[in-house]
Amino acid sequence: MSEPVLATRNLKKAFGALQATDDVSIDLRAGEIHAIIGPNGAGKSTLIAQICGGYRPDAGTVHLAGVDVTSLSTAERAQRGLGRTFQISALAMEDTVLENALLGAVGHARKPWRLWGAVERDRSLRDRAMEALARVGIADLADQITANLSHGQRRQLEVAVALTLAPKAFIMDEPMAGLGAEGSKVMTTFLDGLRSEAPILLVEHDMDAVFALADRISVLVYGRVIATGSVEEIRNSREVREAYLGEEA
Amino acid sequence: MIAERWINWIVLLGFVVLPLWALFADEPFTITLATRAVILALAAVGLNIALGIGGLVSLGHAVFFGLGGYAMGILAHHAQTYAPLELGPLVIEGTKSMPIIWVTALVTSALAALVIGLLSLRTTGVYFIMITLAFGQMFFFFSISWSAYGGEDGLSIYVRNDFPGLNTLQPIQFFGLCLAVLCLALGIHSRLRTSPFGLALNAARQAPERVETVGLNPMRLKLLAFVISGALTGLSGALFADLNRFVSPTMFSWQLSGELIVLIIIGGVGRLMGPVIGAALFVALEHLLGGLTEFWLVWLGVILLLIVLFARGGIIGILTGKAGPNV
Repeated sequence: MSEPVLATRNLKKAFGALQATDDVSIDLRAGEIHAIIGPNGAGKSTLIAQICGGYRPDAGTVHLAGVDVTSLSTAERAQRGLGRTFQISALAMEDTVLENALLGAVGHARKPWRLWGAVERDRSLRDRAMEALARVGIADLADQITANLSHGQRRQLEVAVALTLAPKAFIMDEPMAGLGAEGSKVMTTFLDGLRSEAPILLVEHDMDAVFALADRISVLVYGRVIATGSVEEIRNSREVREAYLGEEA
Repeated sequence: MIAERWINWIVLLGFVVLPLWALFADEPFTITLATRAVILALAAVGLNIALGIGGLVSLGHAVFFGLGGYAMGILAHHAQTYAPLELGPLVIEGTKSMPIIWVTALVTSALAALVIGLLSLRTTGVYFIMITLAFGQMFFFFSISWSAYGGEDGLSIYVRNDFPGLNTLQPIQFFGLCLAVLCLALGIHSRLRTSPFGLALNAARQAPERVETVGLNPMRLKLLAFVISGALTGLSGALFADLNRFVSPTMFSWQLSGELIVLIIIGGVGRLMGPVIGAALFVALEHLLGGLTEFWLVWLGVILLLIVLFARGGIIGILTGKAGPNV
């Protein structure tokens, strides 16, 4: 089996007496969508923060494309190919949709120190930004102020910004949230096609989307991975049903 | 509502027409007032890069204003006393040349901003405000005790410094020089704002976590903005000292830092001409109301209060109907 694009090994993080993640080891392989599910407070957000560099783990490692990135900052991990979307949109709300996408393009081109020349007139940056917006279906909103977008459109813009980075792996934190039935369907189809470009670690509460998309699912409960397997394996797992779905065995 | 670019041109035109009128009406004091407004505007344009684009509320920008002032004062003092400045083995001749003084002011302020920024930018919000204020107070009290350069009494320079090809003693020529420098600073602000750096800096103000996840370091972006901002404010300090032919510790005072913030808020935070409009209004009120009452700042306070409560985009916001450059 090929080396995973992204791998965590025995990640641990505690906040006081609360063990938010406990010995979490997961792999993300090329071409797959690996979903992380779990009830609220299971440690999903902490895990993502550890993978992306927001939290330093108490123990364990994070490897991206075979390189140990545990000690690197969020920005350095992004430079090495980690693209993420946020659960709560983190966008420049006063800026236009295009400007938000351009920010990703500037980051990808490593051009933040160019003090001269209008960014919107840079053909290569603009093309990259517009292409990303077009791919998620919001190119027609390019000149809109981001604060005026609907919640669902902001989710799409989040994904577009991540796309401009052409990452080696995507970390997507609830990309379906607030999209509605139709929007969720469109996003599911889009992510389905995106996996061939770069694998996706998907944290999602929309179980229909998870079951439709995931090649593998890991179930996180109280900071521990209690099961990893295919959709069928997870659906049929008694342990998962007991711990997560709340069913009696 | 008026388009912002028209307001910008009208304000600039006002800064050309008023002094020209004063020249023909033989009102040199009006030219001096306009020069004061232009220099304060330059200081605030510098701060506006850090505050308006980068969101850095610095209550210590008087440090750079003062450093620029003292760079001018010290170099000119050594030139007029014919005694070189001795820094250990290093012996520096004084100078009356504005370009040399300006470069010294720019470099000194930029270096100070680099050091202060490196330490201050580890904090955010109210802590950033406090740490920049602390640096300001440090420089203020140091200058008071610096007896070699006048201490609390300050330092007088007998003759205004020289600029090649100009007679800077002529108020209108010195005004023109200051206006040209202000236009250059406005050009820098305008270019920066639309550049990739400006885009990233503006995003770092609004969503630093997003900036990090596209592979950029928000702190480094803000540090560069702080250095550019400090350098421009330092340059304005050198011009201010030349206008008054006097430098004193008040140039380092926290009140001055506060006034620069007030100018920007009144004109419009982050707007290209916000600081210019704020400075013009400030100097006009200082002159018109200052003659009537020594408590004229109360009225400035009332204006500030009304703007903060009812017009978030400052005067430019009222005129354009837009609270920010985009919204």
